[in-house]
Amino acid sequence: MKKYLLILIAFGTSFFTLNAQEDDLLSLVGEEETTEYATASFKTNRVVNGHSIENTARGVMDVKISHRFSDISDGFYDLFGLDGATLRMGVDYGVTDRLMIGIGRNSFEKIFDGFAKYKILRQSTGKVNMPITLVYLADFQIKTLNFTEPERDNKFSDRLYYTHQILIGRKFSEGFSAQIMPTLVHRNLVPTPDDNNDVIAIGAAARQKVSKRVALTAEYYYVLPDQISNIYTNSLSIGCDIETGGHVFQFHFSNTPYMTYKGFITETTDKWFDKNGTDNILSGIRFGFNIARVFTIVKPKPLD
Amino acid sequence: MKNALFILLILCTITINVNAQGKFYSKTASMSFHAGTSLEDIDAQTNTGTVVMDAQTGKLESNVLIKAFQFKRALMQEHFNENYMESSKYPKATFKGTIKNLSDVNFSKDGTYKVKVEGTMDIHGVQKPLTTDGTITVAGKNVKVNTNFIIATADYDIKIPGVVSDKIAKEVKVTVNSELQPLVKK
Repeated sequence: MKKYLLILIAFGTSFFTLNAQEDDLLSLVGEEETTEYATASFKTNRVVNGHSIENTARGVMDVKISHRFSDISDGFYDLFGLDGATLRMGVDYGVTDRLMIGIGRNSFEKIFDGFAKYKILRQSTGKVNMPITLVYLADFQIKTLNFTEPERDNKFSDRLYYTHQILIGRKFSEGFSAQIMPTLVHRNLVPTPDDNNDVIAIGAAARQKVSKRVALTAEYYYVLPDQISNIYTNSLSIGCDIETGGHVFQFHFSNTPYMTYKGFITETTDKWFDKNGTDNILSGIRFGFNIARVFTIVKPKPLD
Repeated sequence: MKNALFILLILCTITINVNAQGKFYSKTASMSFHAGTSLEDIDAQTNTGTVVMDAQTGKLESNVLIKAFQFKRALMQEHFNENYMESSKYPKATFKGTIKNLSDVNFSKDGTYKVKVEGTMDIHGVQKPLTTDGTITVAGKNVKVNTNFIIATADYDIKIPGVVSDKIAKEVKVTVNSELQPLVKK
């Protein structure tokens, strides 16, 4: 019995040898297993007003110029809202592949904002298999507009707003990515006694590519009930990202004119396809755009 | 009977040794390409290419992960993978060929030999014949294989849109420098 076993083994070995000879050369050396990170889930690090799960790459500066216009209901008279523009100028910078920081200035309410954003988990396949990307964002806003009631005992802290956000997202396919964003907005000073200082919202966003360089996006923030005065509503934005060489153009329609978290989550008043107290059904819809231009500041070290 | 078995086993071992003999490989081949024009620098490189050569048959095979190529600009790298090479769909470039003038190369004598390699290149899911000149440098136990060739993007169905067509070369210069070591089979 033992003998037969040995013969069998011997044959097995020789057979294997023959097989190896037939195989192509590349299979002889095997393959190093690598970790493939999902890239470009969104064209840029913002969806419309809020952040996407993407970061600006390490050593890259991303200059953002954004405009939001007044509602389109007046038509050609004010060029569909273009006469009533607010502006945000900002700069984002990728410190590492995971950490990104940024600052900006909004013309509306003269708000300065800044953030730090860290990728805790990165979607990947291969050696490390991770189904989602998990990002933490900490954002602050300083409203520097003169206080509307100067006789009140106004403190500097009344100007401050904070946002904490977790972004959980996945690139499901080459063309489709989606994310959900539980968000906490803290306001030191609130507009009415009906408003909470801490407002919790759940955001959802998605993008679908329609071609290699054009994608449709949507972003919605749902404010959990009984936190803010009922004059406020949830923001919904529908957009289109167009990517050219180094620019990303984001055009969108939205019911919010605000670009800061405290603004579009807690202060949006107009509704889509609602007369909003006027006689025009388009009075809640505004056009806006973001233009992003990247500059490589620190080039990766060349390989030896 | 026992003796015969031993001989068989020894024979098998020998066969394995013979197989491994004459094969060389590298997993750290340097591969780079230049697709720039006067308007834009487009250079990328990697040190993770694989090259395997059979010195007995003259077979030469190589592959590289498209995502491994590193650019000076992150966005360029993203576009390269996302828009041009579609590296999620076509993760690798693979070449399989043979050295046509193998007899000109003396693997037991140090020196540099000019070789002609003919084979098939597979990039972006498209297979095309490729013939290139290169050099084989024998230095002791190791063998260096160097070559450069031109890849026409149109041949491999890599589409370059009109707006950037002035910035990206239609013909990409590829350089491969590899230092192969003997393949010892485990």
